[in-house]
Amino acid sequence: METNGFSSPRPDAFPAGLRVLVVDDDPTWLKILEKMLKKCSYEVTTCNLAREALDLLRERKDGFDIVISDVNMPDMDGFKLLEHVGLEMDLPVIMMSVDGETSRVMKGVQHGACDYLLKPIRMKELRNIWQHVFRKRIQEVKDIESHEGLEEIQMMGNSMEQSDDGYLFCGVDLISGKKRKDTDNKQDDRHYGDPSSVKKARVVWTVELHQKFVKAVNQFGFDIGPKKILDSMGVPWLTRENVASHLQKYRLYLSRLQKENELKASFGGMKQSDISKDTPGNVCLQNSSNASRNSVTNGSSGICGSKVPIKNVDSKICVEDMKVASVQMAEPKEALIGDITDPQKSSNSRTGLNHSFGQIGLDVKYEPKILTQYSWTEVPPVQFEQEHMPHFQSQSWSTEVRPVHFKPEQKPHVQSESSFSHLPLARNHIQVDCRTEPILSHHPIPSTNEKDKRADIGPNCIKSRRQGIGIVTSVESTAQLFSVQPKSHLTHCKEFEPIPCSMWNMKNHSLEKIPLNDVDSSQRNLILGTGSGFRLLDEELRRYSPQGDFHPQNAGFENIESFDYSNQGIIADIPPLLYDSLNFDYGNPSETMEYPVIDQGLFIA
Amino acid sequence: MERNLHRQLANMKKSLFDQGYLDEQFIQLEELQDAANPNFVEEVVTMYYRDSARLIQNIDHALEKNPLDFAKLDNYMHQFKGSSCSIGAKKLKNECTQFKEYCETGNGEGCKRTFQQVKKEYAALKKKLEHYFQFARQVGPVEKACRPK
Repeated sequence: METNGFSSPRPDAFPAGLRVLVVDDDPTWLKILEKMLKKCSYEVTTCNLAREALDLLRERKDGFDIVISDVNMPDMDGFKLLEHVGLEMDLPVIMMSVDGETSRVMKGVQHGACDYLLKPIRMKELRNIWQHVFRKRIQEVKDIESHEGLEEIQMMGNSMEQSDDGYLFCGVDLISGKKRKDTDNKQDDRHYGDPSSVKKARVVWTVELHQKFVKAVNQFGFDIGPKKILDSMGVPWLTRENVASHLQKYRLYLSRLQKENELKASFGGMKQSDISKDTPGNVCLQNSSNASRNSVTNGSSGICGSKVPIKNVDSKICVEDMKVASVQMAEPKEALIGDITDPQKSSNSRTGLNHSFGQIGLDVKYEPKILTQYSWTEVPPVQFEQEHMPHFQSQSWSTEVRPVHFKPEQKPHVQSESSFSHLPLARNHIQVDCRTEPILSHHPIPSTNEKDKRADIGPNCIKSRRQGIGIVTSVESTAQLFSVQPKSHLTHCKEFEPIPCSMWNMKNHSLEKIPLNDVDSSQRNLILGTGSGFRLLDEELRRYSPQGDFHPQNAGFENIESFDYSNQGIIADIPPLLYDSLNFDYGNPSETMEYPVIDQGLFIA
Repeated sequence: MERNLHRQLANMKKSLFDQGYLDEQFIQLEELQDAANPNFVEEVVTMYYRDSARLIQNIDHALEKNPLDFAKLDNYMHQFKGSSCSIGAKKLKNECTQFKEYCETGNGEGCKRTFQQVKKEYAALKKKLEHYFQFARQVGPVEKACRPK
């Protein structure tokens, strides 16, 4: 095996000197490929075992530009290696096989391969592999710029003072901020103009590093920006860009997991729909994601637009550990019963959604903030129960809800108000109607005071699916659950075992897909203050999924009020969605630490 | 005389191609041969025969089992096929494909029959290539038409 020193590419000679790692268990092919690549003036390292290859990659961080791997290997499936490399090292990977079946090729692409070559491989095919490296570098450069732009926007949003004017203008500011950022970035373009010459120190995401990353993400929630993750990871040599791009990949991975889980769930059958909530809090405690999923889907289909007894709703929401919630839910539940109104599918839904969540009190729990703070497996119990889960479709939720930067603090704030007249709907709203009612902004349950400010939201909320969710009470209880206090918030969250952040992340990911178009523009404006501002933000989010600095610590409910709408909307949406999505996506919310396990699974070579 | 040898060598190669023993991949290998690796093709072929002997054995053993594990057979053959195409063994590759088809349909008899063919082709090609390389060595490290780098 030819080994290279820790070499750096020669930028001026690109693509010559490209550092390629070839992995193939067939020694004959290894020899041939090595020779071919050398003829292309690449620096070749060969490896006949996948595990060895991974070790090599981890050892030599930033030692390779591209990996070429066979699909069929004895010690590890080529696709798995592909995933590992993508997540840990973020290198382009080319797959090879003598089998050119469409399904295999598709699988390769799905797992992230940037190309799939059929054996016997011609030299001319290898000559061009540098394009994948080049492409990735260009994308990374763009990502960094976007990250910075987005973060700036989010930071601006965070620092928004509480005042109605504050968030009315925030949209504007965001836009102008973004524009400013763009201009700045353009000046930097020159610097990035030649990606081939930019030697980015490639971070090798070792298992330990990734675990730190996951821990940080779980701690703050997926919605949090890379900066926060970076800070909490405490790895001095890691940059925000490293974290940001890793975060993206991570979300991709989670969303893929989510899809797989959803697929499974759909087969699980939608029985949950009728889980009556005899046990107020515990109903939702369905451990299987399937259950939640089913319930949700069932719920949505059944409930959309119809009155749904809270009972059903609760049961559907399989929130695993809603123990705490259950207690609290009990109250709201009763309140909710009989107050079910048809969820309104309208643009209002967005606001309604927010509100509905608030009502349930549990919704408040959802506050994205809370969710983010929870570890993966934690599921805010309360929220689900109250929610009218019929709509609970992780998918729809995810698509609709765009967990934009949400501010946890906001939630608590709202809850304390306990005047959520319009909250209850949120949940239902979110779940099912995600499609019809784009929930652009999830407003934390506004307090009564807020009501005026959020008048637009309020009434909407009330109208839109108010599923008879106990509002006031629930809100209050939720509020308590979610205490805003920076520290307590976290504490509370933990009690609930919030939905794993990872799930939420997945949702975020999917949420990002929610087209803004769905949102009624007026609604949007309401929420954003300036519709365009939101859209802008939304697009950013779409790209990145909220990475704004998540300040779980935001103390006080005041923040809620000052919440700039764009953020709020986003955040508000998140909670309900989060739960839903979390439930759904997360295959087994039964254990709290499920996500970490899964995560580790990925890295268990 | 040299020219004669060269021509003979060329003819040998041509007939190998004409008879379908070798395909384009073999030429690729020849093009890889250069001053740094003057016997590249022969080295590769030698490596192939050494490694593939193991695979042949695996398949033989698997074919003796009862009942036949087609998934395993398919897997072994997949490896063998991949290896065989590395040197451009055309006929051999085709037989491998046939074998895999029988595996898919669970045709044990078909598999066994085809594998006999595989082994035959495998042996025949080996002989021809040995002959070819021997002759090539005789002809000497002649200036092969190397493509300029």
